[in-house]
Amino acid sequence: MSKSNKGSISKGVDAVMIWLYLLLVTIGLVAIFAVTYREGDSVVSSFFAFKTDYSKQFYFFAIAGLLAIFILLTDSKFFTATANLWYAAGIALLLLVFPFHSAVKGTESIIRFGGFQFQPAEFCKVPVCLALAKYLSLPNLDFSKTRSQLIAAAIAIVPAVITIAQKETGLALVFFAFFLVMYREGLPATILVVGFSIAALIIATLLIEKNTLAFILTALAALLVYLMRRQVKRDKGLLIKIVMLWALCVGIQRFAVPLLFQNVFQTHQVERIFSTIGKDIPPEYIDPKEAAAVAAGKKKDVDYNVKQSKIAIGSGGVLGKGLLSGTQTRYDFVPEQRTDFIFCTIGEGFGFVGTTVLLVIYLLLLFRIVFIAERQRSVFSRCYAYGVAAVFFFHVAINVGMTVGLAPVIGIPLPFISYGGTALITFTILLFILIRLDADRQMVLR
Amino acid sequence: MSVFNGSRSYIVRIIFLGVFLVIILQLLNLQVFSDKYEDLAMNNAVFRKTVYPPRGIIFDRKNKAILNNTLMFDLMVTPSAVKGVDTAYLCQLLEIDTVEFKKRIIDAVIRNGSVRSSAFEELLSEQKYARLEENMWRFNSGFYLQQRPVRLYPFNAGAHVMGYVGEADSGIIARSDGFYQPGDYVGRSGLEAYYERVLMGQRGVQFLIKDNKNRIQGSFEDGLLDTAAVAGRGLRTYIDIELQQLAEKLMRNKVGSVVAIEPSTGGIIAMVSAPDYNPNDLTGSAKKKNYSRLVLDVSSPLLNRAIKGLYPPGSTYKPLGALVGLDEGVITPRSGIGCSGAYYGCNRPVRCTEKWSGHSNNLRESIAHSCNAFFSNTYRLTVDNPRWGGVKKGYAKWKGYMNAFGLGNRLGVDLPSENAGNIPDTTKYNSVYRGSWNSCTNVTLGIGQDMMTVTPLQIANSMCIVANKGFFYVPHFVKSIDNETAEDTILNKFRSKHEVLTNIPDTAYETVHSGMQDVVEIGTARGAAIPGIAICAKTGTAENFRVLDGRRVQLKDNSLFAAFAPRRNPKIAIAVIVENGGFGSTWAGPIASLLMEKYLTDSLRADRMVEVERIAAANLMPSFLPRLQFKEDSIRAESYFKITGDSSYLKKYRRRGGAPTPVAPKRDSSTPKPRIVYTPLMEAIEPPKSFEAKKKTVAV
Repeated sequence: MSKSNKGSISKGVDAVMIWLYLLLVTIGLVAIFAVTYREGDSVVSSFFAFKTDYSKQFYFFAIAGLLAIFILLTDSKFFTATANLWYAAGIALLLLVFPFHSAVKGTESIIRFGGFQFQPAEFCKVPVCLALAKYLSLPNLDFSKTRSQLIAAAIAIVPAVITIAQKETGLALVFFAFFLVMYREGLPATILVVGFSIAALIIATLLIEKNTLAFILTALAALLVYLMRRQVKRDKGLLIKIVMLWALCVGIQRFAVPLLFQNVFQTHQVERIFSTIGKDIPPEYIDPKEAAAVAAGKKKDVDYNVKQSKIAIGSGGVLGKGLLSGTQTRYDFVPEQRTDFIFCTIGEGFGFVGTTVLLVIYLLLLFRIVFIAERQRSVFSRCYAYGVAAVFFFHVAINVGMTVGLAPVIGIPLPFISYGGTALITFTILLFILIRLDADRQMVLR
Repeated sequence: MSVFNGSRSYIVRIIFLGVFLVIILQLLNLQVFSDKYEDLAMNNAVFRKTVYPPRGIIFDRKNKAILNNTLMFDLMVTPSAVKGVDTAYLCQLLEIDTVEFKKRIIDAVIRNGSVRSSAFEELLSEQKYARLEENMWRFNSGFYLQQRPVRLYPFNAGAHVMGYVGEADSGIIARSDGFYQPGDYVGRSGLEAYYERVLMGQRGVQFLIKDNKNRIQGSFEDGLLDTAAVAGRGLRTYIDIELQQLAEKLMRNKVGSVVAIEPSTGGIIAMVSAPDYNPNDLTGSAKKKNYSRLVLDVSSPLLNRAIKGLYPPGSTYKPLGALVGLDEGVITPRSGIGCSGAYYGCNRPVRCTEKWSGHSNNLRESIAHSCNAFFSNTYRLTVDNPRWGGVKKGYAKWKGYMNAFGLGNRLGVDLPSENAGNIPDTTKYNSVYRGSWNSCTNVTLGIGQDMMTVTPLQIANSMCIVANKGFFYVPHFVKSIDNETAEDTILNKFRSKHEVLTNIPDTAYETVHSGMQDVVEIGTARGAAIPGIAICAKTGTAENFRVLDGRRVQLKDNSLFAAFAPRRNPKIAIAVIVENGGFGSTWAGPIASLLMEKYLTDSLRADRMVEVERIAAANLMPSFLPRLQFKEDSIRAESYFKITGDSSYLKKYRRRGGAPTPVAPKRDSSTPKPRIVYTPLMEAIEPPKSFEAKKKTVAV
């Protein structure tokens, strides 16, 4: 079983995954080309000059490809053995940002050396995924215990907290995707249900007027008591539980949410959340300075990105305007369109057909990863595979969701397609470690 | 462990699928079912640029271009691109200081943003353009010169006739039903306005792609949707630009008007309203400055008195009165009246300038000597004609004649905002005289007075009727439009003949013409004679009243002269009015005579050139104008001071000692010179010292 297969890197490698990977990277290069190419540019010379974004992305792809081959040549045991080391290194890199970061566009998460920028928060997904898989695959772990559940959660949440401190809330949220792995490994569904309920309550708080919501919650509690009146008669404790639940909900709605919005979230995040649910920001959440700036017309409408993005995608129609013919994406109407809003380029250029095909490719990739995960013998590989699936899913869903106005605008890239070296290399490493592990699926790894 | 929780892998897949389905549904909604995004995208990125064609050219009767196009240049700036420019040198070339330079850059940023270009200086003067052209290489980053077509009046004449173009105002935009956009140039007066649709041509449309900062990136769909602009068509007019120039010269420093019409066609050969302005003042860089100067001038140089000025026609009406009498059959060429210096048919005698018996023996004599008695009588005979049964019906008949002649209603000349003049209705007399009036009440209508007022154009047109023996064409400037098609209906109304007198035999006309010829040869206008040309004319002198400082003041009479020539086959009919000019033969006659000679013989004799210079040098501007100007200006300065608290304008009008000396308009100064008397009207602000002193004396 543990026969060495260093001789041939293709042995056991999942070809479908490689093809999907190459397909997505190619789409990404074409999309970036479509955004940044200008009539009259010499494509060949710009490729060598390393000046245009598409040529840069191509070089990033080359580096990522080299790393991928390197990973495929590595023994899969290396990853299980060094998982905790990776994690330590990842956290160290994250912390290294604080003394050495260079401020770029309001973020404090980027280290610059030479002409390159590196974003540890982006890369940290790999160590977290490995470390979480390592922890969950410990032979004597009983994941039904609360203690082990908390440790697993901490592995994911610690880098998220550090990332929030670097003002990259979007990237931090990605780490919460790892709860999906824990769910697969037996985290009680109730925790997720409670989590979702709290999220729903918070959204309801934003949408519905304070007192109305309090009234609805009270009515719900009363209804619950009425429906469970027999059980309540038998067990007075249940009544107390319901009352406490009601008090908790009202407490969250009355005090926790305002606290969250006034003290934790930054102004632009508050704006984006309210713009996504399509409501004006209540006056108590508006920073007076910001309000003055908006009134003076100095700041663009917060909806601007999403509006322009929706216009670009919507104007694509069924079949799209064709490559290089999209007026919205070609002439810079959509901000950040090489990176976070790259989906607009595809939406405008190739229409509904193009966007659906792209989403189907992603879905195929996700299903393939889940399929691969389920065929692993080793728990480590399976957990890792679910980690990869969770990260990709979160990125695709949130990124595409924000471009079509379903999710708040948080700056996270579209895997393999958005422009950006760190992101491309991180996603490549993430995926190829999985391919490497899968190639050795006959081995039992610890 | 792998068996345990295995079912959750399906739940994970369902979550994936579900979320992706929601996204695809939203995409379906955005891309397939909603079309508003396509429009929004077009609005975002496609710039509909209107291409303005060159405006049509206006030619005179000898096919000289009298209103043409020329190119001027705007200095454009792109504020964000201004780097390393020698600002000091640019300021020196443009004759501005660096403070002004900075101000203009900031203005440009406010107006159009820093990445788009906007005008730094519009319509550069020739000198500035020449200086900049040579040095443009120094300012290439951020500055460039942009061509702009501008109207040019090569002869510096015909300002009121040709009018000017200006930006469309909100009223024009609203009335045009979306045809004009803010910033479009449109004819604002004169032929420029009347023939706007012909002159403007057909605007083209270019679809251009712009980026997020509204910078043009190229043409949209390779220009497939673009339409080309069609140049405005030229207008061929009856104007004789040399005659126009001469007429303007003669009317220099006078208030009044000249209209010359070709009777056989109704084509207007010259039209002058004095005081006028140089039409080129309202093009080019100084346009705004000049316009405000003209608007604020109390002598109203922008007013076209030829079509808007209302004057009692006085004796120039008499030939018409005679024709009405002849047409009605109440007089014949042999009719006469005994006149000894006044008409005594009514209670109040109507004075006549001639006393000797026999000056009104017949129609010809009466016209030649302008007998008031004869024409008062003729008027009464017309309205009291028993055929109509009552003075009111008779008056209505008379008014019908006047309206048919184009008096009392708009003639319909091809200029905007013509005035109708006034031929009062019977209801007007009924209301003024409470229904009890007769032909004696308004007997002076017979000598062109009472409530009757006409425009100079109407007088000239009435001469056409006399010259043409009973018909006229609506006076107009434009003979034809270049490449005229059946769709150009704008000229149709000028091509139909108006037969207004049908019952008069040719011999009767000849009598009237003879009487008018006698006016020049033996009558009141002997100075207007031209050797070898039979001129038929009628002088007029009309009283002139005006309210000044709250009092109705009689000013010097208006000098009127109406004529046509030659008698056989008339080529020109002319009306001249000189306000405050005295007798018709004093100023108006000589002016008309010079113009007719110039037009008919195409030159002027040497001694006549001297006459031209004499008349051109005469200053007949009313003496009340400087005072009125001062009054208006100081009142405006005061209200400006009240609004802004800025007293800089007002200071100029504060009196430097001395009591106010209002200028009483003098009635009999042959050539009054404008006297500039700075008279304070701001007692409220600075009470005159004399007033203070007087108060003290009273107290003592």
